[in-house]
Amino acid sequence: MDGFIALYIFMLAAFTGYEVISKVPVILHTPLMSGSNFVHGIVLVGAMVVLGQAEDGMEQLVGFIAVVLAAGNAVGGYVVTERMLDMFKSSKGEK
Amino acid sequence: MNLFVEIFYFAAAVLFIIGLKQMSSPVTARRGIVWAGVGMVLATLITFAHPHVNSNYLLIFLGIAIGGGLAWKTGKEVAMTDMPQMIALYNGMGGGAAAAIAAVELIKREPMDPLVQLLAIFGALIGSVAFSGSLIAFGKLQGIKQLRGAIRFKNQQRINAAIFVVVAWMGLGIATSGTDYGMFTLFLFFALALAFGVMMTLPIGGADMPVVISLYNAFTGLAVGFEGFVLENPAMMIAGIVVGSAGTLLTQLMAKAMNRPISNVLFSNFGEGGGEAQ
Repeated sequence: MDGFIALYIFMLAAFTGYEVISKVPVILHTPLMSGSNFVHGIVLVGAMVVLGQAEDGMEQLVGFIAVVLAAGNAVGGYVVTERMLDMFKSSKGEK
Repeated sequence: MNLFVEIFYFAAAVLFIIGLKQMSSPVTARRGIVWAGVGMVLATLITFAHPHVNSNYLLIFLGIAIGGGLAWKTGKEVAMTDMPQMIALYNGMGGGAAAAIAAVELIKREPMDPLVQLLAIFGALIGSVAFSGSLIAFGKLQGIKQLRGAIRFKNQQRINAAIFVVVAWMGLGIATSGTDYGMFTLFLFFALALAFGVMMTLPIGGADMPVVISLYNAFTGLAVGFEGFVLENPAMMIAGIVVGSAGTLLTQLMAKAMNRPISNVLFSNFGEGGGEAQ
């Protein structure tokens, strides 16, 4: 990929991340941390690609570790965030 | 890359950003995680059609089943009060995955563009630190005896700084040597990066852990973004960098809510002359 295109993507994504959460209230800090933790679970896609083209045993082993860890990140991040936000909803509903 | 894969990755990136946006407001937060979840499922499924994925299907399924299954079980069963350490644990796994991706790319020794190789090393370093640091944070919050409290000893900052200098120097060496680095050097680089994550987290007390976990969350995001550049995977680039910058802002906000600057949290023992350790 052209180096400058990559640089533009980097710059725009960085500003997007900053803007998107700039007005978050304090009560949502922890759930949002958990939610963004889930989003970087996208690393699973990279882990799958790496393992999908691994050839010798060493590459397969490290690639397999990557997939296991990444799947844990994605699934765990989702489950925990959902539980947290569920609690949030019910406590708001009682009011 | 084939067209369908591109379209799905694009959709996933959009869904992640919408999801994060919604998660930052109390009214829509619950919906936000579902949007992001849909994006993740789309991206994962289409990756099976990725042109580079052409073997080891069984291993991929097995890996997802093991990692996902264990995380599902622990995430559902853990008590509400223990959530922060679970975030640390899952975040650490993401960092470890990013580092492992870099490791495979470096083990393969295919010639890379020098800039890309530097990014791979960067991602490997940050990912490893996020991995081992998050595991220590998990241990501290879980109340493991040996890790409890702020563990400090004489000359700690100097030792940490020395480890960092060595690991950065080694990383730079690997990044600039083309394919001409030894297997042992590579191994040592990862080992030292992991050690640095441990050493950096040990002196921080349990009350500051949420801020530290948020910082490592931003680290993992960046590492994922960098490995995205290495693999030329736009979904990883965008999601990773967005989380990297959102996580950095969030870390600042959390530290501010505690009424202290981040540097104070991370290096609070700096300049005390190791008095506490004696």
